[in-house]
Amino acid sequence: MRGGGRATGGPTLWGSTVGKKTVMAVSGLIMLLYLVVHMIGNLKIFFGPGEFDHYAHWLRTVGEPFMHYGWTLWLVRVVLVVAVVAHATSAYQLSRRDIKARPTGYVHKKRRASYATRTMRWGGIILGLFLVWHLLDLTTGTVHSGFRPGHPYQNVVDTFSTWYGNVIYLLAMLALGLHVRHGFWSAAQSLGVGSRTRDRLLKTTANVLALVLTVGFVSVPVAVMTEVVS
Amino acid sequence: MRLILRVWRQKNADAEGAMSTYEVDGISSDMSFLEMLDTLNEELILRGEDPVAFDHDCREGICGACSLVINGDAHGPNGVSPARADSRAWGSTTTCQLHMRSFQDGDTIDIEPWRASAFPVIKDLVVDRSAFDRIIQAGGYITAPTGSAPDAHATPVPKPDADHAFEHAECIGCGACVAACPNGAAMLFTSAKVNHLNVLPQGAPERESRVLDMVAQMDEEGFGGCTLTGECATACPKGIPLFSITRMNREFVRAVGKGR
Repeated sequence: MRGGGRATGGPTLWGSTVGKKTVMAVSGLIMLLYLVVHMIGNLKIFFGPGEFDHYAHWLRTVGEPFMHYGWTLWLVRVVLVVAVVAHATSAYQLSRRDIKARPTGYVHKKRRASYATRTMRWGGIILGLFLVWHLLDLTTGTVHSGFRPGHPYQNVVDTFSTWYGNVIYLLAMLALGLHVRHGFWSAAQSLGVGSRTRDRLLKTTANVLALVLTVGFVSVPVAVMTEVVS
Repeated sequence: MRLILRVWRQKNADAEGAMSTYEVDGISSDMSFLEMLDTLNEELILRGEDPVAFDHDCREGICGACSLVINGDAHGPNGVSPARADSRAWGSTTTCQLHMRSFQDGDTIDIEPWRASAFPVIKDLVVDRSAFDRIIQAGGYITAPTGSAPDAHATPVPKPDADHAFEHAECIGCGACVAACPNGAAMLFTSAKVNHLNVLPQGAPERESRVLDMVAQMDEEGFGGCTLTGECATACPKGIPLFSITRMNREFVRAVGKGR
């Protein structure tokens, strides 16, 4: 019996292909939950600079007086960074392994899996790059000329008044929709909750989540472009 | 029927391989795909050339030996379906059960071996699938006293569990799942074995160690991971469903949680 030599608990999880997928599923779901909250928050832009900027400020005061000013936000940021790093590291290591497992490809190539399934890796890379740009643009303002800390409404309108700001954002949100579409359903399988009877429910939920997130996020640049928000 | 065949030829495990083109004539549409290859080989032998090496045994679709990727499909075009979770509805088949009526006169057919680093090519279309044997050795057994058979009713098994076990016991270990998977993963095979034994009371004592050891061995052999493309279940000639992988994932997380 091999049982004696095998690692247990955490090392088993991180050390195996199946366990790394569990890590990907959990970290993915954490990010997904955040995105839903983020998207709902973004919609406040439709109610004017007063409400939007007040909401942005409120994010720093959540949990007071138990939490000090800004602590809750930082806690969320730390959880998200851990999730992003865990998700990306697992994806990188698993992808390396997958490519190594088929060193010689087939001469007769066939494509069957859906577009969303086939673009998970490149879509993930696009989302990672977008995330860096997004933070430099609207959190730190490093790549944002005329960035005004504490005035998110004005900053958002600025970003979506540039053609590149819109192009980058729209492409990233399309990638997000595709990623969530296959990712949510896959996470359910990785965590072992999928089954024949639940499949339709899970697939529908994945599609609805993907659509709602994409439409919700995209509505902001579209509103700025059409001057509904200015 | 007259056909153009493009076949992977490789002298031995260390040699470089390449696709070679052959023409075969006088093929009946009632021939099986393997009989068509037999016809090609007879001609090659008469011409003094090395016949194409390919695996085959029972020729009745139950042994899983005939491992050919035909036009990009593991076991050929029968039962090709849009990627869907329940492949049972589709008549996937083994190569020996594929007949030439699935092709047209004048077709060009590409024939390649299973492609996976864990399945090295031995010669031409023959690959070494002993990695599967080692996965079985890692946990595809139960601890039961041997000797006289126990009474049939000694251990009651609920009917749905028996059905579930039987559905997965149908796996013939052909490796089509690995060949079809874009990641060269053996998840469907391993999950079939884990599902088969883990659901039964006879398999309960090793329930945790089985899934952990078999997954560990699967990884050690160099198979890839699962990205839920569903290609494996589509290619499976025995209709092992994609949800077997889901269930194995559940067994895995459960076993890790129990600290085994």
